[in-house]
Amino acid sequence: MSTTVISESNNGTLHPVTAQLVGAASSLGGPITVICPGGVGASDAAKISGVANVISVVGDCFETYDCSAWSKTLSPLVEGELILSSSSAIGRELISSISATKGIPVVQDVTSLKNSFSATRTIYSGKVIEEVSISPPCAISLRVNSFESAADGGSAEVSTVNVSQEVAVAVKQALARASERLDVSEADIIISGGRGMGEPANFSHLNEVADVLGAAVGASRAAVDTWGEIPHSMQVGQTGKTVTPNLYIAVGISGAIQHLAGMRSSKFILAINKDPEAPIFGVADYGIVSTWEDALPVLKEQLIELLSN
Amino acid sequence: MGVAVLLKQVPDTTAKISISGGRVDEGSITKWSISPYDEYALENAIQLKEAGFGDVVAITCGPARAAKCLTEAAAVGADRLIHILTDSYLDSIQVQSLLSAAVKETGFEVVMCGKQAADTNSGSTGPGLASTLGFSCVGGVTGVSIDGGLAYATRLGPSGLEKVEVGGPCVFTFDKGDSELRRPNVRGIMMAKKKPIDSLLPNDLGIGDSDSMVVIKDHSSPPEKQPGQKFVGSESVPEVVEKLRGEANVI
Repeated sequence: MSTTVISESNNGTLHPVTAQLVGAASSLGGPITVICPGGVGASDAAKISGVANVISVVGDCFETYDCSAWSKTLSPLVEGELILSSSSAIGRELISSISATKGIPVVQDVTSLKNSFSATRTIYSGKVIEEVSISPPCAISLRVNSFESAADGGSAEVSTVNVSQEVAVAVKQALARASERLDVSEADIIISGGRGMGEPANFSHLNEVADVLGAAVGASRAAVDTWGEIPHSMQVGQTGKTVTPNLYIAVGISGAIQHLAGMRSSKFILAINKDPEAPIFGVADYGIVSTWEDALPVLKEQLIELLSN
Repeated sequence: MGVAVLLKQVPDTTAKISISGGRVDEGSITKWSISPYDEYALENAIQLKEAGFGDVVAITCGPARAAKCLTEAAAVGADRLIHILTDSYLDSIQVQSLLSAAVKETGFEVVMCGKQAADTNSGSTGPGLASTLGFSCVGGVTGVSIDGGLAYATRLGPSGLEKVEVGGPCVFTFDKGDSELRRPNVRGIMMAKKKPIDSLLPNDLGIGDSDSMVVIKDHSSPPEKQPGQKFVGSESVPEVVEKLRGEANVI
């Protein structure tokens, strides 16, 4: 099996999911090529153990994200029986576009993969687990933090390809800067708030706990729909994001079926809610019946004490 | 001039999904709806129509039941309805070739759909269709306006929320936007019931039979969570934090 991994970048550096993609490819055997769009992180990709070649693809088109222009530039360089990408928004778009160009099928957001190929993923935002079989050549995007990272210690050769490509998408105006916060779909720990937070300004208390833990901040659909200040990008659940962090902390979230679908596969769930009958307690490993006003300051203080030791 | 809107009918997000014999039991699903992100695409297409940008053609691909989502689209203003009748599970390439044939038939160069469907949550169709058609693709947009032959889209890009200009044919995939989704009025609903649907078989679009390259092996429910430990009052927080480290080993 020969695999091409499309690397993922994050603020001009190689995203750690790239090593997870290589780890998944390694378990299937065969040579692994990593393609770095815009050349981002190429030297770091070469240090991932198991990588045979790195292709650093540079060119004007990588200054702005234009899915079609990137895909046209990358597709001729993508070879092999299996194409892997991250199931981030850009990863999904690129692999959809590249696989369509090549006329091969794509399966998205896979969480486990067995040889030639049985792929597992969740559908209906986590309500159902689906297992599909798919034969090479094919394309598969993998969910962040679902596969073991390949170790460091590689020394692959890096070749640079410079491609000129027409772009159709131009940024005219930046309306708001990207949030400095980690996205919920990538975080190991998420702390989410619901309508029980009372008002959007109170999410600052969640931010404070998140800062201590290095966590992402999420929200329930009820919170997003009620308060314009809480962006949809924070929404966990059906019509939002499906997440599988190691720890999910739900604060003032009652636990509607759509929300539970999107977070129930988290490894551990801590729920804080003043209503002892809230459905969220049905999926929580640890439940604290308390108002957030009482619980969050203690939680923050305890975490600071624990993590500073 | 006009917009082709792609709609997928999915179980309503409030529907309970049950499994029978290793497959999702579609017969037990009581309510089907237009996939939520597709509704934002439809809303934007209707707004463009109101601004003078030609007709809205709504296209769906799926079994007989999916015709309902076209009628719902007609009730809020879609002008023409195309239903590609398919009964079996299709892989991404099959879906894209059917939809691209239907879009070509409209002759339109602006295509709108949701960024992903609420059933499979995949997101392959928009960008894949764009490749198949040779169109550009701008994903995750919350609004599109058209002025002087150029499209302007608001999207959450890698560096933040931005307004981008697009020249030439394009597929826009929609995220949830600020637009209030319109509700059909009684007249709209009555008119929509009489609106004819162009029901096409893949062969009518020149697409021959093929086998899906992706085969569903099994559907199962996620494992039930074991009942957890419950504590009362904020005074229990230190004990729980202790367990998050000692038992769960997650902090």
